[in-house]
Amino acid sequence: MSVRTLTINNIPVAIEEGATILEAAKEAGVTIPTLCHLEGVSDVGACRLCLVEVENINKLLPACVTQVTEEMVVHTNTPKLQEYRRMAVELIFAEGNHVCAICVANGNCELQDAAIQVGMDHTRFPYRFPDRHVDVSHSQFGIDHNRCILCTRCIRVCNEIEGAHVWDVAQRGENCYIASGLSQPWGEVEACTSCGKCVDACPTGAIFRKGTTSAEKQRDRAKLEFVVNAREKQEWTR
Amino acid sequence: MTKKIVIDPVTRIEGHAKISIYLNDAGEVDDARFHVVEYRGFEKFCEGRPFTEMAGITARICGICPVSHLLAAAKTGDKILAVKIPPAAEKLRRLMNLGQITQSHALSFFHLSSPDWLLGWDSDPAKRNVFGLIAADPDLARAGIRLRQFGQTVIELLGAKKIHAAWAVPGGVRSPLSPGGVAWIRDRLPESRATVKMALDLFKNLMESLTTEIEQFGHFPSLFMGLVGKNGLWEHYGGQIRFSDSEGNILADGLSEDDYQDYLGEAVEKWSYLKFPYYKPLGYPDGIYRVGPLARVNICSHFGTPEADKELQEFRQRAGGVATSSFFYHYARLLEILAALERIEQLIDDPDITSQRVRANAGINQLEGIGVSEAPRGTLFHHYKVDENGLIQKVNLIIATGQNNLAMNKTVAQIAKHYIQGTEVTEGMLNRVEAGIRAFDPCLSCSTHAAGQMPLHVQLWGADGSILNEVYRN
Ligand code: SF4
Ligand code: SF4
Ligand code: FES
Repeated sequence: MSVRTLTINNIPVAIEEGATILEAAKEAGVTIPTLCHLEGVSDVGACRLCLVEVENINKLLPACVTQVTEEMVVHTNTPKLQEYRRMAVELIFAEGNHVCAICVANGNCELQDAAIQVGMDHTRFPYRFPDRHVDVSHSQFGIDHNRCILCTRCIRVCNEIEGAHVWDVAQRGENCYIASGLSQPWGEVEACTSCGKCVDACPTGAIFRKGTTSAEKQRDRAKLEFVVNAREKQEWTR
Repeated sequence: MTKKIVIDPVTRIEGHAKISIYLNDAGEVDDARFHVVEYRGFEKFCEGRPFTEMAGITARICGICPVSHLLAAAKTGDKILAVKIPPAAEKLRRLMNLGQITQSHALSFFHLSSPDWLLGWDSDPAKRNVFGLIAADPDLARAGIRLRQFGQTVIELLGAKKIHAAWAVPGGVRSPLSPGGVAWIRDRLPESRATVKMALDLFKNLMESLTTEIEQFGHFPSLFMGLVGKNGLWEHYGGQIRFSDSEGNILADGLSEDDYQDYLGEAVEKWSYLKFPYYKPLGYPDGIYRVGPLARVNICSHFGTPEADKELQEFRQRAGGVATSSFFYHYARLLEILAALERIEQLIDDPDITSQRVRANAGINQLEGIGVSEAPRGTLFHHYKVDENGLIQKVNLIIATGQNNLAMNKTVAQIAKHYIQGTEVTEGMLNRVEAGIRAFDPCLSCSTHAAGQMPLHVQLWGADGSILNEVYRN
């Protein structure tokens, strides 16, 4: 396998061909903020938090889905990127209905973490206050679309790891939502094995265990990666 | 010519309100109204949410007594799950409520109300607050602040947060008290008790000089409502509803919260966002009743703890039986703090308090639930209807301040009649009208104005709608 060499924030890195900038950055010890990226499943570039600047390329590129090339010169933390990242997080907050104070994920939410990471203290965009609903028809879990950021992690874990493919994106644009089955109540989707992987995958309080009250959602953030490693690399410990 | 005086906003109460005083042709006070002009619509925006979130949502109605909503919501949740919660959970919830009563009453007594009678009704309004109190009597002020802190810490030790701790959940509570918490409480109890004793002595000494206030500040017969335990024991969490009158006759007893709609009516007036609950058998507005410390102390037969029972005897002697002056709310608050501290002492000796078995799990087993609890300010009802999956369809909350609405209006009218002559509006008079309201410690929303004086705007209206006189206080 051939190797590519590049620099990230002036740090030289060598990594195998086909790797993403995000993987190369990890190798170089550079942290890039992410939200829709989840170890163990494929990447889709949905959240735009991982945007980076590459010299001689006139647009910002999402690190999680951009492959490295030879002699690439990458910058991950320029003032321009900081501004765009902050804007991306602000837009996510303005898009849904996030009332952290009463949310199950309060204090254990990757969107909150992202807001802190990018230094967002308020959003400069008007809130949309969309009319979204809560589906608690499943016997164990619930989904509150108000808190969904459409990262599609639930879709990917359910499809790629559990193999049940309960979730899909329905509609488009501002009407997008995560649909279970054929846009049925979750409790009626026979394909669901009630494995709970989507609960662990969901970065926010959108998917939760029923009965959990505010700030009570517990997530095992590393569990999915462990499951994948166990299956693919036969690593049974962590 | 009919005139109208408006006091807007009322200071040193929780939230915003406005008072209008109507004068008749002779310049005498005809009537008074206490308006609640803020609309917060909590009941509406709970719709569609999972019922398990109700504790968290409703606790945010108020930053002063979130625990009360938390407990009422959790008790309503218990009903929807149709479970009997573990005994340890009930004791822990009780402990939190006692901490809440202590801190809330301490705030009302020391921070909000005592400046009036310790510094003087007509003293400089800029200094007539807790800071003025600190300057005038630092020991008392400090003791009061520490007593409130004690109550808040009890809440914090249980819920990990002083306010808005979503710790009580449908089915029980999230966690028990740690042995370290027990030790902390035990350590601070003697000091807290000494502070209440000091406050009681002080208040009793002052009572001689406050005879006018006792006479004029909402002194009228009414019914009293609250929870009582077995044999009329003072209650704050469980028990059943009792109504008694100013003569001490029990009108109704052993009522269940489930039937509240049978005995409580809710009238609506277009000049206030606050509903006007009344005792149905007597109709509106004759079914006026008061809730809160005064009501609980009046309706109970005993506290069940030695010190508080001794004080209760003296209270009844001084009041001449049932206390009908709203000024006695302050006195009743001190009794309740004492009783709360004595009960806390009993509870922390109970091994259950550190038990790990604190939460019952269940699904949706009832589509409707009504929960009740005694908030520091009075009886609080939560009523939810949910769908098959537990999403809220309908919410009704009956809050303490609402139930005192009629009595507060009557109090304002009584004080205004006594202190207002002609169109002259003095600062001391305004303060007395406000103080009448403050006796109820009304909690109108979630903001606290404990520190300092807020601007006051008074308008005097003629019958033709023109403003005759206007007074600003900054
Ligand atoms: S998911 Fe919950 S905790 Fe996270 S940002 Fe949204 S409301 Fe806040
Ligand atoms: S439900 Fe959660 S995991 Fe699924 S798209 Fe929404 S935020 Fe992402
Ligand atoms: S992590 Fe790359 S776009 Fe979301």
